[in-house]
Amino acid sequence: MIVRISGEGQYELPDTDAERLNGLDNRAVATAERNDEAGFRELWTQMLELVRAEGNELPEDELVESDVILPPRDISFAEAQGEFTGEGLIPD
Amino acid sequence: MAGLGGRMSTVFKAKISRLLDKSEDPGETLDYGYNKQLELLQNVKKGIADVVTSKKRLQMQSQKLEQQVVKLDTQARQAISQGREDLARAALERKTVAQTELQSLDAQVTELEAQQEKLTENERKLRHKIEAFRTKKEVIKAQYSAAEAQVKIGEAASGVGEEMADLGLAMQRAEDKTEQMRARAGAVEELEAAGTFEDLSTLGSGQDDIDRELAQLGAGGQVDDELAKMKAELGPGDAPAADTKALGEGNA
Repeated sequence: MIVRISGEGQYELPDTDAERLNGLDNRAVATAERNDEAGFRELWTQMLELVRAEGNELPEDELVESDVILPPRDISFAEAQGEFTGEGLIPD
Repeated sequence: MAGLGGRMSTVFKAKISRLLDKSEDPGETLDYGYNKQLELLQNVKKGIADVVTSKKRLQMQSQKLEQQVVKLDTQARQAISQGREDLARAALERKTVAQTELQSLDAQVTELEAQQEKLTENERKLRHKIEAFRTKKEVIKAQYSAAEAQVKIGEAASGVGEEMADLGLAMQRAEDKTEQMRARAGAVEELEAAGTFEDLSTLGSGQDDIDRELAQLGAGGQVDDELAKMKAELGPGDAPAADTKALGEGNA
């Protein structure tokens, strides 16, 4: 799966890690919905770390569309509550 | 791509797909796409220049405030030397306000600096993508049939389009923040215009409206501490000069 971290770049993420990302995504939606900012921040950090640690950054001359676009790292909680809804960033 | 403010990209993609639908000449579509990308790259450069301008303005304001802080400090010391504690207190209150503003300005300058770096890095990445598109476009023109070319063009254009959308979003966020800072900088200028950081020598006994407001700002504790410290440093109010102590030490 190709994942973009907005403002940072595109990464190719192996399927197993994509599944883990989806799991974190779903939990992040739950924290956003119950107004749990601390819980959200924790999961959001884990999501970013997972992509950066396990993903391979795509070469700069690669022209492909991403399957998933994560919002900017410095997203505010209010913004996050608009993005992390329903099935989250990654459709189940 | 929900939530991503990719207006640039949306417009761009719409035009590309409209051209592809007509599809008389894929080569023409490719050239159009490439030229459009270069055009949008210019917008990005302009956006970065705007951030730099805002940063410079804040830096100038910060320098002005620094001078005011030094000036007010000197004035407070002079006032103490002349036994005018009331004036010294007014000067220190102003200094506290100026220092608070200064800290906030410096934090903003640092933030803009980081934004400028990030945007510059992203602009460089986009330039690479556009360059890759240029190469790809020549390959597509030379090697593919019109039908195949359509698919390839769509893919390549989407790839560049997403990069543009992302940079567009980063620019938008930078602009929003810059806008907030401008509002803040405007407020500081109003304070200046109201004489908040003005030279105390232009004020009579230091008991005007601004002083009363300043006293209400609750800067009192810090001002009291600083006043006491200055008095300890400078000695009693009727001392002949501000640097008595330093001179005394030198002679000892």
